Amino acid sequence: MHIDLRTVTIKPLRHTYDHVARRIGGDKPASRYQEGTFDLQATANFHYRPTWDPEHEIFDTGRTAIRMADWYAFKDPRQFYYGAYTLARAKQQDTAEANFEFVESRGLAQALPVELKEAVLRVLVPLRHVAWGSNMNNASICAYGYGTAFTQPCVYQSMDQLGIAQYLTRVGLLLGDPDTLDEGKRAWMEDDAWQGLRRYVEDTFVLKDPFELHVAQNVALDGLLYPLVFETLIDDVLSSRGGTAVAMLTQFMTDWFGETRKWVDATVKTAAAESAGNKALLEQWTRHWRDRAAAALLPVARQVLSDNADSVMSDVVVQFNTRLAKAGVAI
Amino acid sequence: MDMQATKKKLGLKERYQVMTRGLDWTPSYQKMEDIYPYVAYEGIKIHDWDKWEDPFRLTMDAYWKYQAEKERKLYAIIDAYAQNNGHLSVTDARYINTVKLFLTGVSPLEYMAHRGFAHAGRQFPGAGPRVACLMQSLDEIRHAQTQIHALSNYNKHYNGLHEFRHMHDRVWYLSVPKSFFDDAVTAGPFEFMVAIGFSFEYVLTNLLFVPFVSGAAYNGDMSTMTFGFSAQSDEARHMTLGLEVIKFILEQDPANLPIVQRWIDKWTWRGYRVLTLVAMMMDYMLPKRTMSWKEAWEVYFEENGGALFKDLARYGITMPKCAETIALEKDHLSHQAWGTFYNYGAAAAFHTWVPEKDEMDWLAAKYPESFDKYYRPRLEYWREQAAKGNRFYNKTLPMLCQTCQIPMLFTEPGDPTKICYREVDYKDNKYHFCSDHCKEIFEHEPEKYIQSWLPVHQIYQGNCFPEGTDPTGEGFDPLAAVLQYYHLEFGRDNLDFEGSEDQKNFDTWRGMATKNV
Repeated sequence: MHIDLRTVTIKPLRHTYDHVARRIGGDKPASRYQEGTFDLQATANFHYRPTWDPEHEIFDTGRTAIRMADWYAFKDPRQFYYGAYTLARAKQQDTAEANFEFVESRGLAQALPVELKEAVLRVLVPLRHVAWGSNMNNASICAYGYGTAFTQPCVYQSMDQLGIAQYLTRVGLLLGDPDTLDEGKRAWMEDDAWQGLRRYVEDTFVLKDPFELHVAQNVALDGLLYPLVFETLIDDVLSSRGGTAVAMLTQFMTDWFGETRKWVDATVKTAAAESAGNKALLEQWTRHWRDRAAAALLPVARQVLSDNADSVMSDVVVQFNTRLAKAGVAI
Repeated sequence: MDMQATKKKLGLKERYQVMTRGLDWTPSYQKMEDIYPYVAYEGIKIHDWDKWEDPFRLTMDAYWKYQAEKERKLYAIIDAYAQNNGHLSVTDARYINTVKLFLTGVSPLEYMAHRGFAHAGRQFPGAGPRVACLMQSLDEIRHAQTQIHALSNYNKHYNGLHEFRHMHDRVWYLSVPKSFFDDAVTAGPFEFMVAIGFSFEYVLTNLLFVPFVSGAAYNGDMSTMTFGFSAQSDEARHMTLGLEVIKFILEQDPANLPIVQRWIDKWTWRGYRVLTLVAMMMDYMLPKRTMSWKEAWEVYFEENGGALFKDLARYGITMPKCAETIALEKDHLSHQAWGTFYNYGAAAAFHTWVPEKDEMDWLAAKYPESFDKYYRPRLEYWREQAAKGNRFYNKTLPMLCQTCQIPMLFTEPGDPTKICYREVDYKDNKYHFCSDHCKEIFEHEPEKYIQSWLPVHQIYQGNCFPEGTDPTGEGFDPLAAVLQYYHLEFGRDNLDFEGSEDQKNFDTWRGMATKNV
């Protein structure tokens, strides 16, 4: 049954801000994502050059080799503005909290076979540092990238990765104790299995081109790491060996990757579709960082998969190539 | 089960440490100075980043949870306010001009703060400050967006808000807040933190944010009030960060003191000059006033700020010298500013007016030393002239201060009858200043401030007309061309409040909402 409540109706002068109207094809109601994103970053009449980078303006398209006629061609398929973002993460956080609570209250961590628990800690705990690296790198893309449509998701990505580093820390504390974290850090600093990955992360810290950094971090490294570790090692291999409880503790990461890759794919697709030059550059960068990331991750995988690490890794790479091909980058 | 018994437990502080700085490591494949290239050139010496005391301990899961709850409430109120035409319950339509000033002048700065803190949060070699800065970066995009969303409904019904982003980069008086933030962001990361984290967020926030939000509450603007209140707990975090930054830098090395003192002096003055816009908003634009600018300055700066600087005295920090000049200006600032905007009302994206008689009496009571003597006669003259059909609009362009970019409208400290001019010759050019403090700031970094994009100079150089304009063509109207460049609609966004479309619409709509017509 329809109830017709009445309010005083007045005819508005306009439906949205003019700069938004110009982008959505006229004066019509705009979404909160659109009003909170379009043209938010200053583009003109900067007063001073950065004393820390006098070659560039405060915001400068020249910091990257990617060329875009319009940097607002990038759209976040999740339509994340701050409110939508925090609501989405709060919900996932609720689930994560419930999962930790479930595992803890039922003593499932203690029930894990010792060997399995050690394998999990060996792989997951040093990954705190990888997530921390991504936190820094996405802060960098957010600071030095161009246009709110491209940079806004990076601050979310940055803080997500801090959250992931913190969830991994909690896994370490739940399955182990504070010494476990120290041991993970020692392995990260010293063990051969981790040095390729640590070198990769440190090398990305000095990348100056924000779009190349996006490719190195969000496209290539995360594009291989998450399917390998969270979807394959944890969800398939270790679960089948009795580690389902661990999959509950890392559900946030699995869900997160499933969601954020849509945004990552959209950025690659938009940039590649812009010009042959962009496409060639993206192919070159993706190939380079994919090969380095795959090589760095292989010894990590071998710690758990002694027999078939190579074939698992090459499966992950094949899936990655297929994914990127769909986004218009043939590698 | 033995393992359970021997398991070490972490205290709250240790737990937060393993969740943040425990994630960091000393790199060996790349050099520290290549990873953090901007940390040394300002001359600040940091010996031990681990001495940083985390000003708050918020892990991301807790952050998402609290912030989402706040967002849910905020947007529910914004929606309800829009749905029942809450804008019609503000005191009177003149109030909406404060909202215009806020959206065009302040909200874009929130966005700049977001990017600036992302930069600072990437560049500090210490993990503790990096996390705190990044959390602030995330908060600041929240503030920009909640303001844009909350004020969107005003934009649907009133003029002057429709091109806030475009205007912020171009309109003459908006170059004052814009250049302020550009100045901070282009400084090194430490100066940025002192400028924004400390001087702005800690010392001056009560004079910027609070007057707007309290003004909204007093004038029935639930939308603005709600985003203000919702931002309060974020601001409290930002203030503790600002204070921790100062203490940390000063405790690290005695050689940091003179650098920090100079920054505090500079940024207190830079911030104060931006607050000129707030001063006139408080005294002239709010139909229902909360307190006078002078009272606000006395409470929030002289009393509260005085206590803060006493607290910082143990580090050797002294009250900024400019406080003396500011004390001499406090009886005059808002009156001189409003007088200027009344003059240039044809080139501003909000309406101006002469205060009503009871408002002038309020001003006289709040400013017994100055209002009746210097400012009431002028306002009354303007009102008489307007009544005769001679509403005065100044069509010439004013000289701007090279540093703060405000027209040279301020008077000599101690003599409100004489305009204050200072000048400096630098590399064959003459540069003009509104005050000794702006002049000193220039002299310390002339290569920075000669770059200023001064709106008046730019207009004279022909850089502020729409593309394709021919200024030599017959009948060329420079003001009309500049307003087109601003995307400012003549006759709708500008001119006197009396007779404006805003005034007429508000009266009509309020009539529809409250009477049976």
